[in-house]
Amino acid sequence: MSTTTTPPVAAEPSTPIGKTADYLDQRTKIGVLTKQLVRKVFPDHWSFMLGEIALFSFVVLLISGVFLAMFFDPSMALTTHHGPPAIMDGQLMSVAFSSTLDMSFEVRGGLLMRQIHHWSALIFVAGIVVHMMRVFFTGAFRKPRELNWLVGTLLLILSLAAGFSGYSLPDDVLSGNGLRITDGVIKSIPIIGSYLSYFVFGGEFPGEHIIPRLFTVHILLVPALILALIGVHLFLMVLNKHTQYPGGGRTDKNVVGYPAVPAFATKMGGNFFIIFGVLALMGGTMAINNVWNYGPYDPSPVSAGAQPDWYMLFLEGSLRLMPGQAEIVTWGDFTLSLNILIPAVVIPGLLFTFLFVYPFVEAKVTGDHREHHVLDRPRNVPTRTGLGVAFLTAFVILALAGSNDLIATHFALSINTITWVFRILFFVGPVFAFWVTKRICLGLQRKDRELVLHGHETGRIVRFANGEYIEVHRPLDEQERWLRVNYEARRPLEVEPATDARGVKRKGYKKDKRWQKLSRFFYEDRVEPVTPAELAAAHAHGEHDELEPAHEAPALVSGSGTAEREH
Amino acid sequence: MSENQNPQGPSRDVARHDGDGTVAQTDRFVDPGVPEHHPRLADVDPKAAKRNERIIALLFAISCLGTIGSVVAYFAVRPDGTTPGVRMSTVLLGVAIAVSLFGIGFAAVHWAKTLMSAKEYTEERHSSSSSEEVRGAVQQQFKDGLEDSGIARRPVLKGAVVSALALFPLTIAVPLVSSVGGDWNVGSFRHTIWKKGTRLAYDPSGRLIKASDLTVGSVAHVIPDVPAEERESHEWITEKSKAVVLLVRMDPRDHKRDHREGASYDGIVAYSKICTHVGCPVALYEQQTHHLLCPCHQSTFDVADGAKVVFGPAKRPLPQLPITVDDEGYLVAEDDFNEPIGPSYWERLK
Amino acid sequence: MKALAARRHHRLAPVVLLLLALLVTGGVYAALAPSPAQADTASTADIETGKKLFQANCATCHGPNAEGTTEAPSLVGVGAAAVDFQVSTGRMPMQMNGPQAEAKPRQMDEEQTAALAAYVASLGAGPAIPTDEQVDGSKGDPANGMALFRTNCAMCHNAVGAGGALSEGKFAPPLWDTSGRNVYQAMLTGPQSMPVFNDANITPDEKRDIIAFLDEQDQGSAGGLTLGSLGPVSEGLWAWIIGIGLIIGGAVWIGAKSS
Repeated sequence: MSTTTTPPVAAEPSTPIGKTADYLDQRTKIGVLTKQLVRKVFPDHWSFMLGEIALFSFVVLLISGVFLAMFFDPSMALTTHHGPPAIMDGQLMSVAFSSTLDMSFEVRGGLLMRQIHHWSALIFVAGIVVHMMRVFFTGAFRKPRELNWLVGTLLLILSLAAGFSGYSLPDDVLSGNGLRITDGVIKSIPIIGSYLSYFVFGGEFPGEHIIPRLFTVHILLVPALILALIGVHLFLMVLNKHTQYPGGGRTDKNVVGYPAVPAFATKMGGNFFIIFGVLALMGGTMAINNVWNYGPYDPSPVSAGAQPDWYMLFLEGSLRLMPGQAEIVTWGDFTLSLNILIPAVVIPGLLFTFLFVYPFVEAKVTGDHREHHVLDRPRNVPTRTGLGVAFLTAFVILALAGSNDLIATHFALSINTITWVFRILFFVGPVFAFWVTKRICLGLQRKDRELVLHGHETGRIVRFANGEYIEVHRPLDEQERWLRVNYEARRPLEVEPATDARGVKRKGYKKDKRWQKLSRFFYEDRVEPVTPAELAAAHAHGEHDELEPAHEAPALVSGSGTAEREH
Repeated sequence: MSENQNPQGPSRDVARHDGDGTVAQTDRFVDPGVPEHHPRLADVDPKAAKRNERIIALLFAISCLGTIGSVVAYFAVRPDGTTPGVRMSTVLLGVAIAVSLFGIGFAAVHWAKTLMSAKEYTEERHSSSSSEEVRGAVQQQFKDGLEDSGIARRPVLKGAVVSALALFPLTIAVPLVSSVGGDWNVGSFRHTIWKKGTRLAYDPSGRLIKASDLTVGSVAHVIPDVPAEERESHEWITEKSKAVVLLVRMDPRDHKRDHREGASYDGIVAYSKICTHVGCPVALYEQQTHHLLCPCHQSTFDVADGAKVVFGPAKRPLPQLPITVDDEGYLVAEDDFNEPIGPSYWERLK
Repeated sequence: MKALAARRHHRLAPVVLLLLALLVTGGVYAALAPSPAQADTASTADIETGKKLFQANCATCHGPNAEGTTEAPSLVGVGAAAVDFQVSTGRMPMQMNGPQAEAKPRQMDEEQTAALAAYVASLGAGPAIPTDEQVDGSKGDPANGMALFRTNCAMCHNAVGAGGALSEGKFAPPLWDTSGRNVYQAMLTGPQSMPVFNDANITPDEKRDIIAFLDEQDQGSAGGLTLGSLGPVSEGLWAWIIGIGLIIGGAVWIGAKSS
């Protein structure tokens, strides 16, 4: 690929596109950038398209959001609604709620756009989550991409903020109760809680400011930040070049894949239309957040099944699980609502801290300063994979706990029993999930070793002249073998001794020792990859395992057990 | 970037010595190189290529039909405001748009997969860090710049510039913070509009409640009686947020104890409807057990026992509104709640 | 129809069908019979039949004279409406003990139910069975019904009547397949966990408005499939199953090499 896509110097452009390109390039030197981007090589794998789910559903959010903003009026002024739907006619409500009804029932395509917007929001966050799972389990967050992992985690938090602020805009009973819960959580913050509540609501809950404020947050502040961070995220992705899965010819020094133009870009564009299509289909056929079912916000009612959107369910569940006894009164008669602070602040704090610090902790316990561009197979890093699954388990248990009333009605269970089960599972589940996952990973690694050493079972049974039966094993081809042996089994850190050669106590020894302990937790159990020497030894030991060509065998019995002569 | 002409070519990136503690592994297999490129059917068979071309064209055509369909649906199906009418419009538009988008999406992907080049390329990576020379040069530039500004030699300037920059955000922050919280009178949490003699009224109708109206096992959602026109304002919604009450009449024999002495009337008790956990309206009254369940986080209160918590994340009982009857037999409040309603906050007991 | 189709596989569907069939039969009977089987016009013969039925089916728990036992409450003064609700929805006679008596195929026909109601009504004054006029949702105002439902019912029965959980395995049932008459009777009599909403609290007209609001739900959602009207949890579940499912399916197709 030494030829460039731009014509040699001084060739006078003749086509309109050529002329435009020439005009632009004379002023911006855009040719250099384009040249780099157009033939940039991207590895191709379906799991590399998970981030696109988030990116493209965000584009759909922007498109549908602009449509909605044309008709939505974020005012909390009270009005009497006239018009459809019948169950809302003549009701007193905020202008925000009334305009939501108008855009749903009177603007053609308005309800479709609302539903597309809401489904896109759910898929946006889900896309971020599945993308992060891919990045985490394959170790794509390692140097030099730790920063991009941080940017991604910030994007996750911003997506939650975007979702939450948008969810509350229609000013309905369901989201209004969500805001009220938020107010309760804010008030629980020690010392400044009451003032923070006033800060957010502009006075006492609910007041008349919160919807306009959330509107500004939702359509300006958060999207602007998200856009900026997406820019950084993609820039860093292009700068560092994409990671690639392990395989023949793939090293930390190269990238194997397809040039951006045309095939890769076309696939990406096609993926945008497919994702948009799925969202349009969902928006057109599946009802979501029909706010007229809940009615305009009123502080008295609440409906069964009062839950936030799925990405906030873990917080809801965490609040549901915490026993109330944790609320305490400190010296001086101050109330410390640990029954709210722990589930609503500490637990999410811990979960996000885990996400933020993990890449750095892993690098530290690995003692690793190299750049990594070839991804890990999840089985080859059992502790990381186990921790990831444990994290997801905790998240899912909390989300299920947030749905405990629906679990109760749909599976005919007692809500109290479910709550107790989840209280216990929240502590036991992640540990168990970690242990099981790690064991499975180690098992898979051993299976890989087995496969490399002894080859595939062919099902062909061979009888030797001396009467011995063996099953013929077909050795792995080079590519298959390379995939299974090309990894490093990390070892726990070694620390320098407590005292130096002259017996002087070394500073920082205890700290090193602690890191070593953590490192042992990570890498004590490991399965080493097969070495050529081991493979040679295995062949020497069981040489007839790989009696290859069938005609060399003295006698043959087919694998199915029926005697069948091959010749 | 080089085309992989020789896929079987050996790779050299195997044994590595890195000075960061990991054991260099020399006894390793050799990278077999990028797997051989297999041509696709469409690469070798012009008929297959032609067939794919037709499929792609057909998919684009379907997309055009979808777009036309969406425009037709837009103009032909006018939502009449009824549920079935709006649904018809929404579904037709949504499906037509989806067809239009899927057509383009599938066509583009199929095109890329079958007709565009599928040859893999290998591109070299370069270290993510800049070279030592560049780093040195940048350091020097900064040093020179600092030297030139003279900030190290002129401590007064240093202090001045830091002070000015640190103080300037106050010009925005002070007006913003002082205005954004309204009157900052957080003491309003303590009081509601209930006071001695306020009559109890049904929510949402506003009808007054006579003690004789309530049969045993009844529950009523109650608001303070204020003129109807006052109930159409923000102040009302904010006040209502604190003042909503649940009125229950149970067999007096079922009362285990009364939370507030003399606060009930003939088996009728009134408790704040706002949960002491995070403020959801607690409203699921189970008539037989006298348990009151919050649908948000399942705190359960025993109305027969002073609304104390029997399950869930709330700690404190619901505050009780003391009630009695007036001369005309209507239920009235005897006083405001004797503690702040709703969720706990730091200075609640102050 | 869409809403109906979606619920065809509901576990209560057979019950509802049976109920409907019985209601139709009962309705035809009521139209043809010279005197309607209503408590207020109950004859002494009805009361006698009712008493026999009571002693055969109910007395074990409620006591020989409906005075109540440790097992079950007294029925003196509960009125015909309570009996009609409990028996016509199949909740009574109860078959096994559970957190609550659940609706099931009714065991007594329209005539027997009426006789039983007449007997219990004769024991002490209580709410009578509402007239057809009172439970005719088409005569009510769904908007007012919505406002009332939201404040008084939605916290247990869900915003549009999809049902919800109570404590210790009890639940508030879905209301879509409940007849207007049963809805009215439930408000009037407060069966089991449900509190009483007497006519002073929710007037007869308001009760009819609530029935009108529930009738409105038969139209389904303006936005397409209702997904059970269960709110954000089911929406999130479908987003993952349908949305993420289809999109990842697409990504796998895009990433797969063409043959």
